[in-house]
This record gives sequence, structure tokens and C-alpha cells, in this order.
Amino acid sequence: MAVESAHPSAPAPATPAGQAPAQRPAPSSRLRLLGTGDGVITLVLVAFLLVAALSIDGFASTRNTGFLLLDVVVIILIALPLTLVIITGEIDLSVASTVGLTSAVMGQLWFSGLPLELIIPLCLLLGGVLGALNGFLVTRLGLPSLAVTIGTLALYRGLAFVVLGDRAVADFPRSWTTWALSSVGSTGIPVVVVPLLVLVVITGVVLHATPIGRSLYAMGNSEDAARFSGIGVARTKFWLFVVTGAVAALGGIYWTLRYGSARADNAQGLELQVIAAILLGGVSIFGGSGGLVGVIAGALLLGSLRNALQLVNVPADVLNIVTGVLLIIAVVTPQVAAAVRGRRRPRAHAATP
Amino acid sequence: MTSFLTSRRLRGGLTGVAVAAMVLTTAACGGTTRGEDEGSDSGADASASANPDAEIPADLAVAFLPKQVNNPYFDIAAQGAETAVGEYEGELNVTGPSEASASSQVSYINTLTQQGADVILTSANDPNAICSALDQARAADAKVVTFDSDTDPECRDLFISQATSEGIGQTQVDLMAEQIGGSGQVAILSATANATNQNAWIQLMEEYAASEYPDMEIVATVYGDDEDEKSFQETQGLLQTYPELKGIISPTTVGIAAAARYLSGSEYKGKVALTGLGTPNQMREFVKDGTVTAFALWNPEELGYLAAYAGAALAAGQITGEEGETFEAGELGEYTIEADGTVVLGEPTEFNADNIDDFDF
Repeated sequence: MAVESAHPSAPAPATPAGQAPAQRPAPSSRLRLLGTGDGVITLVLVAFLLVAALSIDGFASTRNTGFLLLDVVVIILIALPLTLVIITGEIDLSVASTVGLTSAVMGQLWFSGLPLELIIPLCLLLGGVLGALNGFLVTRLGLPSLAVTIGTLALYRGLAFVVLGDRAVADFPRSWTTWALSSVGSTGIPVVVVPLLVLVVITGVVLHATPIGRSLYAMGNSEDAARFSGIGVARTKFWLFVVTGAVAALGGIYWTLRYGSARADNAQGLELQVIAAILLGGVSIFGGSGGLVGVIAGALLLGSLRNALQLVNVPADVLNIVTGVLLIIAVVTPQVAAAVRGRRRPRAHAATP
Repeated sequence: MTSFLTSRRLRGGLTGVAVAAMVLTTAACGGTTRGEDEGSDSGADASASANPDAEIPADLAVAFLPKQVNNPYFDIAAQGAETAVGEYEGELNVTGPSEASASSQVSYINTLTQQGADVILTSANDPNAICSALDQARAADAKVVTFDSDTDPECRDLFISQATSEGIGQTQVDLMAEQIGGSGQVAILSATANATNQNAWIQLMEEYAASEYPDMEIVATVYGDDEDEKSFQETQGLLQTYPELKGIISPTTVGIAAAARYLSGSEYKGKVALTGLGTPNQMREFVKDGTVTAFALWNPEELGYLAAYAGAALAAGQITGEEGETFEAGELGEYTIEADGTVVLGEPTEFNADNIDDFDF
């Protein structure tokens, strides 16, 4: 893996003073990583992909990989900043509505004759503003982010309908919409995966290898302690919301080009898919732990699961059930694992003199 | 407390504005705007000429992808398709999204392409959103037949129209005019806002009503999204907003059933006329209790049957989708392709208390 996750693993009981540190010596520390949330989900993903490739006809092909990745691109894109937000202990449920509003604005501006080269930066700016509103309400006015973003979820979606009404704008230039769907050479991997990978690497580096990233974990674990140790909590959270809004707008632009249709109800319900991927990836909803590798693996797992089950004609309702069950397992397992570890630890240390 | 107006922020903001100004000027100097003809690539050339005597190959993989699953109208159409597919010994796969949204059909079409479907029968939620997915399916040698709700003609091979749009629109307006005496306020309860068929019919209804019944005024069009509860609530909203409303036209089976349910349990029963497109089984109790006098439809089972045969004819090479070609559709007889690759099933049927017991769908 390019980025070594040096983040704290699932909550471990504090070691009593004077005892040897709980960490094992270096050679087994990589193996230890496999036991973390990240590691488990990555293993599950790899195992699932192997099983699916071997048992489902047509799953392991370049074209299907292309389809799978196309379905998952926007989810991963929005999951990047949203992971950072959740790690700080906040949440942003309005991302899908930002996608919808951006799509509607893009459609309306296009309909009014503005050039695409101008529309795209304007839409990104709009996303930033929408995120800034969230950030302002959460950091300046101190409102809980869950309440704020539920409100903006409805507000932005409503604005999307005000902007575009019930129409759809669908006459975007062929060259752009085809580009949104095209693959790299004959590998079947969509072209948009390349810039997405760049963003993933940047986010991973910021989260796991910079002081800013560390401060996010600190904020998630204890906001007061973080503030008193000099971290600009309010400022960081504000800019996180702005970035989330801008990235969601980018997602909205891509969504519109990919489907070739700007509608006010685009991406309705997407926020739940993104959050499902993040939670599946082992990020704690309460903040303070989790890693990006797990989130990517979680998103890919959900996407491949859907893809594979559709290939064997599992109906839509069953897909929802499977996703729900998987999510519950993902959220409950770390709690169970921590409880089990907690009970085992005293016995292990009883032997120490 | 950190203030956002520290000088660093201000400088950052000014840089942002400067960058924006640069972007705006460069973009304003040129760029891709609407209306520039990109010279859309010519549709698939009909290099293969039609062979009317070609046999329908056995084991054709036919996929049925309606606007949404669990919709009674499409369930009936699927039965028709199943009968047809059974007759020519193919295999039918009924699949689709649980909500009638534009983009959800795309992932199912991609799956069908991956599974190697030979024929795809679909009713589109949005005329454009599924186009590129359909084009990919056609590139993988699938024949695409739309029915009930069309897409852009460029991305499908044939469209099976249940009746002419004019016929559908006019029948409903005529039925309403008959019931309210040709004058008064009328509202339309539609399905989803982008459905091609709905919008075509609504437009024709408005034009026809304006010319034939100038005293009948269509005051509002609301959207129930083909969801029972939403349609119910929209009906409620209509009656509250327009107390003088004399009639509701609902050109969707889910909408008319929900509206009938609301009316029959309210004070407006018998006072506000309701008509539109409904299935006899769903509407029977409301016709019998007087909420609805008459409504129309065609036979969705025949629609699915015809669509399945059209798809098979395309796959066999009997037709290529050109105007004037003919093909046999099993028990329904021979059909001719009209302009724009459209095949019309027939005329709409009117249902009322006299004949509603004759039908079972």
C-alpha cells in the first residue's frame, strides 16, 4: 500500500502505568494492521472479488470492471472529504443535495447559453459556498452538524427544484459526455479514475502523514483537548465543510456529464450510500478513528456486491437488504471486538510478574 | 477565538478573486456553448438488409426493464412479454430499479450488456439519461425496443407506442368533458416530471382542450411520481388549492388509483370527476361505487407481447427498423413500422360500468 496507516487502531484499554507498552515489536506490526478495521475490510473485499470472479460469469471482464468503477467513482469522490469530516466528529448529510443543486444550476446555466468552461468553475464555487454555509452554521453558531446538514439537505434540494423545476437539460456536447464514460486505452478502466486516484492519494497523505490529519483525529477524540492544545478546531472544521461542498459540486458536474442529463432530483439518496461506504470502511461515526484505505475498500465492496448480485439477477429489494445487513455488521463488529479484547487482556497480563 | 478575517484569510480571499477573474475572462473569450452542432455521429447504418423470412432463433435472451418494478401496469406488460417469449422459445429476464428514477435504470442496462442480452425491452424514465448505456448495449449486439415511454430515437431500434399520443390525449379530454359538461376547472395528476410519454400526452391534452373545449380550463399539473402515497397527497393538495375544481385527469394507473381512493373516501366523491388511464382490476370498485364514471387504457399485456415480438423480429433480422417494414407479432397479426421507428398497437379502449367486468387485468 502506498500510504502506511500509522493511525490509532480500534479503541484499546489504557495500559496501567509502569507496564510495558501494549505495542508488539516492529516485525509483527504490519501483521497487526490486518486486525484493524481497515485491514479487515480490505481482506473481505479481496476475498469477495476472488469469489465473484471465479463463480459469476462475466464479473471478471474489462467491460464489467469499467461499469463497476463508473458506478463507484462519485461515491468514492465524495467519501474523501466526508471521511475527514466524520473523523472530526461532525457529519454532512447535505452532500447529495449539493450534487443535485450543482447539477440543476449547471443545466440552467447551460440552457441559458453560458460556455461549459465558465459553468464548471462557477459550479465549483457554488459548491464551496454551500459548504461554507454548513460550516458557518456548525462552527460559528455552534449548532450540531447533524441537525444543520439535515436542514441544508432539504434546503439545497428544494433550491435545485426552484432552479430547474421538473425539467431536465440533456443536450450537453457529445464530446464531453463521451469523455466522462471513456476508458483508458483498452483496459476498461474509466479515464476519470486517474484524477480520482490523485485525489485519493492527496487525501490519504493529508490524513495520515500531516499534522493537519493528526489534528483531525485529535478533534474527533476530544474537541476540548484539541482546542486547548492549540489546534484551530473551528477554522479547520469550517474549511472541511467548504472542501466537502466543493468536492460534492465536482461530483455533481461529473454526474451530469456521465448521465448526460441535468435534473433537480439527481443523486437523491446518494449521501446514504457514501456514509454506508465510510462506515463499512471502519470509520467510527463518533469520530476519532478510521483510515482512508478502509473507506476506499468499503466503497469498492459495496459497489462490487451490487454489481455481482445484479449479474446473477438478484432483485433490487434484496440488494437493499444485503447492504443494510452488511452495514450493521460493520458498525457492530468493532464494538464486539473491543469488548472481547477487553476481556482477554487482563488474563494475558496476569502472567506478568 | 480565531477570526476568519485575519490578514492571511483576506489575502487568500483576494487571491481567489483574482484567479476567478482570470478564469472568467479566459472562459468568456470562447468556449463550448449550447447550440454548437457537434455533428452527431450517424446512427448505426442499416448495412444488413431486412430478411422477412428469417426464423426467430431459439434461446433468445430477452430482458424486460420497466420504469420500476412492483408497478402493476408493468407487471401486466411483463406477463404479455412472457407469453410471447414462451411462444418463440426464448428466455425472459424481468429486472429493474425499485424507484422510477432516471439514472437507476443505467446500472441495470449495464448489467444486461454484461450478461449479453440479445433483446432489451424498456420503458424509459427519462428520454436521455439512459442513452449512452443503451448505445453501449447496442454496440454489444443487443436490439433495443422501447415501449410505453420512449427515449431519444437515436439510441433505440424501435418504439412500440400503445396508441397514438393524439388518441390517448384526446380520449381522456373527451371523457372529462363529457362528465363535467365541457366547462370548468380541471387538473392533471401525472407521474414523474420527465417521463416522455406523460409530457407528450399532457401537451396534446392542453392543445386539444384549448381548441375543442375553450370553457374547460386546465389549472394545474402535479406529479405523483408513480408513487401511491405521493399521488394521494397531491390529489389532496389539488382539492385544497382549487376549491372550484370539477375534474382530475390522471394519465397514469398509479395516479388514478390513488386519486380514486382519496375521492371515494372524501366529501368530493361524485362531485369531482375523475378520469384517465387505469387498469380495470384496480378501478373496478371505484366504478361500481360511483367515484369514477369512465376511464381508458389499452391492453398492457398486448403491449408487452408486441414489444417482445418486435425485439425478436429485430434480432432475427426480419426487420431493421426502417419505415414501411412489416413483421408478424404472433397472435396479434401483422404490424407495420411507421415514421421514426414507431409501431402503434391500436386505439385506446374506454372502460365504464357496462364493460368493466369483461376484463381481468
